[in-house]
Amino acid sequence: MKKITLAKMKANQKGKISEICGGHLLQSRMMGMGIYPGREITKLSHFALRGAFAIKVGRGTVAIGHGVAGKIIVETND
Amino acid sequence: MIKKIFLVGNPNVGKSVVFSRLTGVQVISSNYPGTTVEVLKGYMKSGEERIEVIDLPGAYSLDPSSPAEEAAVSLLKRKEEEACVISVLDSTNLERNLYLTLQLLEEGLRVIVCLNMCDDAVHRGVHIDAQLLESLLGVPVVSTCAVTGAGIKMLIQRLDESRIAPSPRLSHTQRWQRIGTIIEQVQHLEHRHHTLREMLEDASLRPFTGIVMAVGVIIVSFKVVRTVGEFLISNVFDPLFMRYYLPALERLSSLLGRQGFVHHVLIGDLINGSIDFKQSLGVLTTAPYIELAMVLPYIISFYLVLSLLEDVGFLPRLAMLLDSLMHRLGLHGFAIIPVLLGFGCNVPGILATRILESKRERFIAATLISIGVPCVPLQAMIFSLLGGLSGYYIMGVYLVLFSLWLILGVVLNRLVKGYSPEFLVEIPPYRIPPFFALARKLVFRVKHFLFEAAPVVLAGVLLVNLFVYLRAFDFITNLSAPLVQGLFGLPKEAVVALVLGFFRKDVAAGMLLPLALSAKQLFISCVLLSISFPCIATFVILFKELGFRALLKATAIMVVTALITGTFLNLAIVR
Repeated sequence: MKKITLAKMKANQKGKISEICGGHLLQSRMMGMGIYPGREITKLSHFALRGAFAIKVGRGTVAIGHGVAGKIIVETND
Repeated sequence: MIKKIFLVGNPNVGKSVVFSRLTGVQVISSNYPGTTVEVLKGYMKSGEERIEVIDLPGAYSLDPSSPAEEAAVSLLKRKEEEACVISVLDSTNLERNLYLTLQLLEEGLRVIVCLNMCDDAVHRGVHIDAQLLESLLGVPVVSTCAVTGAGIKMLIQRLDESRIAPSPRLSHTQRWQRIGTIIEQVQHLEHRHHTLREMLEDASLRPFTGIVMAVGVIIVSFKVVRTVGEFLISNVFDPLFMRYYLPALERLSSLLGRQGFVHHVLIGDLINGSIDFKQSLGVLTTAPYIELAMVLPYIISFYLVLSLLEDVGFLPRLAMLLDSLMHRLGLHGFAIIPVLLGFGCNVPGILATRILESKRERFIAATLISIGVPCVPLQAMIFSLLGGLSGYYIMGVYLVLFSLWLILGVVLNRLVKGYSPEFLVEIPPYRIPPFFALARKLVFRVKHFLFEAAPVVLAGVLLVNLFVYLRAFDFITNLSAPLVQGLFGLPKEAVVALVLGFFRKDVAAGMLLPLALSAKQLFISCVLLSISFPCIATFVILFKELGFRALLKATAIMVVTALITGTFLNLAIVR
């Protein structure tokens, strides 16, 4: 088990969200989109130059900016 | 008896399509979250009764995170006796959609659930037991496919069955747990191999393939817009004007004695003894020609391509790819959508900046749109003014505008105070829009253009016509001669076009034609026309959306940019 931020994950890596370090607004927005602690996600792509990337949450795909991704802590297996 | 219906659902689940189906009111719907940025109202007939239908902007939850969502939520929380809520869900992503539905139920609202996009769910191997869902939620559940209209009748029939299903208030985590148990029971996923569509969806999200696809799509779109536009002009609209309209006008001209005030207003000046649609400047000659034969074809081709891109679901992917770049301009990726809409007409583009949350972002985006994004009428004029020269001139105008757009963005990002929120947006699946949906959207937009633009073009041409008759332009031209001649290297008469640009860009460009400008002068005037004052409609919308102070600021930025760019180009281009 290793804890890293979503921004640091590699493409195609799976993980479980452990914490969202953001304000109340960000947390509730993510909550509504199904991104909350305990949720399994897959990072679909990774972009250089602090670019936004996509993650798979349940049946949906969400694009996340590099800044927000740095506030999401994920537990990964490797 | 129900008197009021609220349509509530996540962004991009098809609320607007359901709204159109219920009320018969046509609204723009696309395949990206946030197409509807305001509360829409319409009426539905049910026997003798008229039921008010209200389409609320999409929201993921009832905990508002933007002003638009806050407004929506406060409307709902009034809890009117005779109001019911249609909770519109995207069947392909039931799990996430149910979160809002549960919140609605917890609020004690009268609810009926509309499981939309059923056909797409089946295609993707998602099977939902609607009856079981109904008994689990305690409110009616109706499957629909709003785009084709399937299930809408049933939805209307069962409206009266909508009810309040008392449920305890849950915490966020408990709510997701409850959703988990519901999903396990009602949703059955068929295992299937990746389809071509899903492979393309994935490819557009990865760096290399994504960028290649985006560049390809943009180049092809631009080519298609120009080719289709030119085809329509030379094969449909121009022949119509030349073959049928011109002879009639020539006859009218002789009837009027080929001179005098009435002739001047209706027909305008005769160029070499005959009517010239582009230069005569009469209310019956130049006005309809600009509007119908020069601009309308491009309006049709542009919105054809844009509607296709919107409905397929390509734009949010483009937004994601551009996020990094847009951050350097103080925006985030999603701002590319208002910008693209601005290429059609700046007004809907600036309206669409409402999908951006902070005031700062909206100011930057709106200013960049009004300066660096040429609308279809303006582009049509650029094509027609520079079309005779080598293709590099047209490319040059776009290049200058794009560079300006970048430089201004970077500068504004440094100067404007405030914060820019982060990028967090759902990527919809690719959808193949049915032909009639595209056609309807195109007709809607073209109609809108004709009704909005026609009176202004007519008034603009009339005004110019009278000014020319009264020789009122001489005053303005002489006054601004040092500026225009000295700084921009343009003949002093060109100022008339620039001033008219405030009225409407297409009329303005028409004024440049008789001046016999050199290639360099044409190039500079095209750039100046694009970046100086936006047309009056854009001004009004800037004022409405951003307020008076922001409008003043944006205008000051425009004037300074236009002065610097015009002078720079004049000095930098040798020939």
